[in-house]
Amino acid sequence: MFRKKGRLLAHVLTAVLMLSFVGCGEKNPGTPTGQGQAETANLTGSGSSFVYPLLNQQIEEYRKGNSNITINYQSSGSGAGIKQVSEQTIDFGATDGPMTDEQLKATKGGQLLHIPLTLGAVAVTYNVPNAPKELKIAPTVLADIFLGKITNWNDQQIANDNPGVSLPDSKITVAHRSDGSGTTYIFSDYLSSISPEWLSKVGKGTSLNWPAGLGGKGNAGVAGVIQQTSGSIGYLELAYAVQNNLPYAMMKNKEGKWVPPSLQTTSAAAAAATIPDDMRVSIVNAPGADAYPIAGFSWALIYKDQTDKAKGTALVNFINWSIHDGQALSEGLHYAKLPASLVSREEEMLKSITFQGEPLIK
Amino acid sequence: MSKKRILTTSMGDQTLRLLTLLMAVSVLVLMAWMGWQMFDAARPSIQKFGLSFITNRVWDPVKEQFGALPFIYGTLVTSLLALLLAAPIGLGVAIFLNEMAESKFRAVVGFLVEMLAAIPSVVYGLWGIFVLAPWLRETVEPGLAKWLGFIPLFQGTPVGFGMLAGGLILAVMILPTIAAISREVMAAVPNMQREAALALGATKWEMIRVAVLPYAKSGIMGGIMLGLGRALGETMAVTMVIGNRPDILPSLFAPAYSMAAVIANEFTEATYDLYLSALVEIGLILFGITLVLNFFARLLVWSVARGPKGGNVV
Repeated sequence: MFRKKGRLLAHVLTAVLMLSFVGCGEKNPGTPTGQGQAETANLTGSGSSFVYPLLNQQIEEYRKGNSNITINYQSSGSGAGIKQVSEQTIDFGATDGPMTDEQLKATKGGQLLHIPLTLGAVAVTYNVPNAPKELKIAPTVLADIFLGKITNWNDQQIANDNPGVSLPDSKITVAHRSDGSGTTYIFSDYLSSISPEWLSKVGKGTSLNWPAGLGGKGNAGVAGVIQQTSGSIGYLELAYAVQNNLPYAMMKNKEGKWVPPSLQTTSAAAAAATIPDDMRVSIVNAPGADAYPIAGFSWALIYKDQTDKAKGTALVNFINWSIHDGQALSEGLHYAKLPASLVSREEEMLKSITFQGEPLIK
Repeated sequence: MSKKRILTTSMGDQTLRLLTLLMAVSVLVLMAWMGWQMFDAARPSIQKFGLSFITNRVWDPVKEQFGALPFIYGTLVTSLLALLLAAPIGLGVAIFLNEMAESKFRAVVGFLVEMLAAIPSVVYGLWGIFVLAPWLRETVEPGLAKWLGFIPLFQGTPVGFGMLAGGLILAVMILPTIAAISREVMAAVPNMQREAALALGATKWEMIRVAVLPYAKSGIMGGIMLGLGRALGETMAVTMVIGNRPDILPSLFAPAYSMAAVIANEFTEATYDLYLSALVEIGLILFGITLVLNFFARLLVWSVARGPKGGNVV
């Protein structure tokens, strides 16, 4: 009987050892797989959780036509994606906030490119008794609410933009994300762009030192706080607000027009914004009559010089497919499509990616 | 001496001894290694902020200012609140099940109490958001403010999400641990003790107080400390109801933040090294607090266990 147990232990140990070896193999995507097997490639990516549902579906769809390519994307968060791609432990990263110059200098594999994968919008949602579905909230009013300066729904400044609507004498409870997120980045980027006070007191980032309010974990947490708290206001990913049928506010854009958040108004913001060559751009408060002002990109992070031809080719081909045909999957999942003018510029960018000086696609 | 020699010279026993020793040591090595790794990763933050990390109240990732005090405060207050609520109830459950209940009833209730421990913490969290927090905001907090509002603990606007919610949810979560362990140790009290007390004409309560509780107290203490350990480290359920606001306010109605929650919330999007390092340092502090508390718990259990087994009959 003891012997039997000993053998069982040995089996378990062997299994553990084998598993740990397998683990090592997977952790090293940087190892060249050799020139002879150019057809098959195993890509690992990690980062933004915002882009995950779309990317995951795109990967599945892409595999239908390219069964030799395996892509494994982990939604570990933008911060982790940046860190891992900088250290070259993955083949590509994805982020909701652009990398800083400092971060770009610290990468191990040379120049990293930012390639927009999709667009996201942030909706301002609220739970106010008797309030209409599309309450109008002016930019400065929004900033003052989140700064804790406007504290009651019957404030004259809110009423000014909503004639005919009688809002209750009810305390405003601000709800925000407590977990670091690209949604918070876009939202604080917007508030920083329209309110000097917000910019100096709070600033923009994935996590903030919030002047007011309660934190909820994830979109679900914020939505939960809002639904359960009368008089609350908060912000959510547009997709989440739409899917859960929550009321969202109309925002006043740069041209002074009231615009509801939607996939079209988000795409319009990207089309109207001036986008620099490195694509690291904020599109909050973009010009254009139809542009929704609280929007932002999610980018793929890819090295300009690829160290493995098979993997590099597979990666560039996949991203190229993702920004073209892959965009057809966007609307079903409530992501905004990349505007056509941008896609052609991104294509040029993909063509500039090389292996030993040779471009990977023509 | 000679007997011991014979035992250990056997080849198989020696191997077993070595193997088990290795396993025992591996736990120590793992602990030390984890501590070192965390210390190493936290070093940039330790060097930059020094002791002010523990005393600073500001947590601002945008301006690179990090202080852990609000998180330490939130963790300790919610855990202690949970302990204050769960320890007496857990003990009561154990006493009832062990000494009073009929065996059928005991089996059912005992099973249900232990079931509480099997519920995933995220489920507790959801229950907290959708049931507990609204109930606190509408009923409990206004009531407390009305009757006990002269105490700073019960002042302020009822929001629902805050330290009271965090403490309550933790109390429910650690209740089964305390109840189950207390019950085990009480069951281990020899029946002769009970019979002796009853034979002297003790009532049921006197019997429990004089014969059972003193006998089981070190085990009960151990159970309470295990519960405290769980409360300190609980993440998901707490973050869903505590309001996630790094503030230090006296009112239990106020939102707060806990150490485990801030790590879980901000770790994935910590975009620069100092930020990450500050989060790891919070982990290190949590590690330290747990260690110190466990040490004192051991000390307590040990000193209690050394005391006389019987109670003082007054």
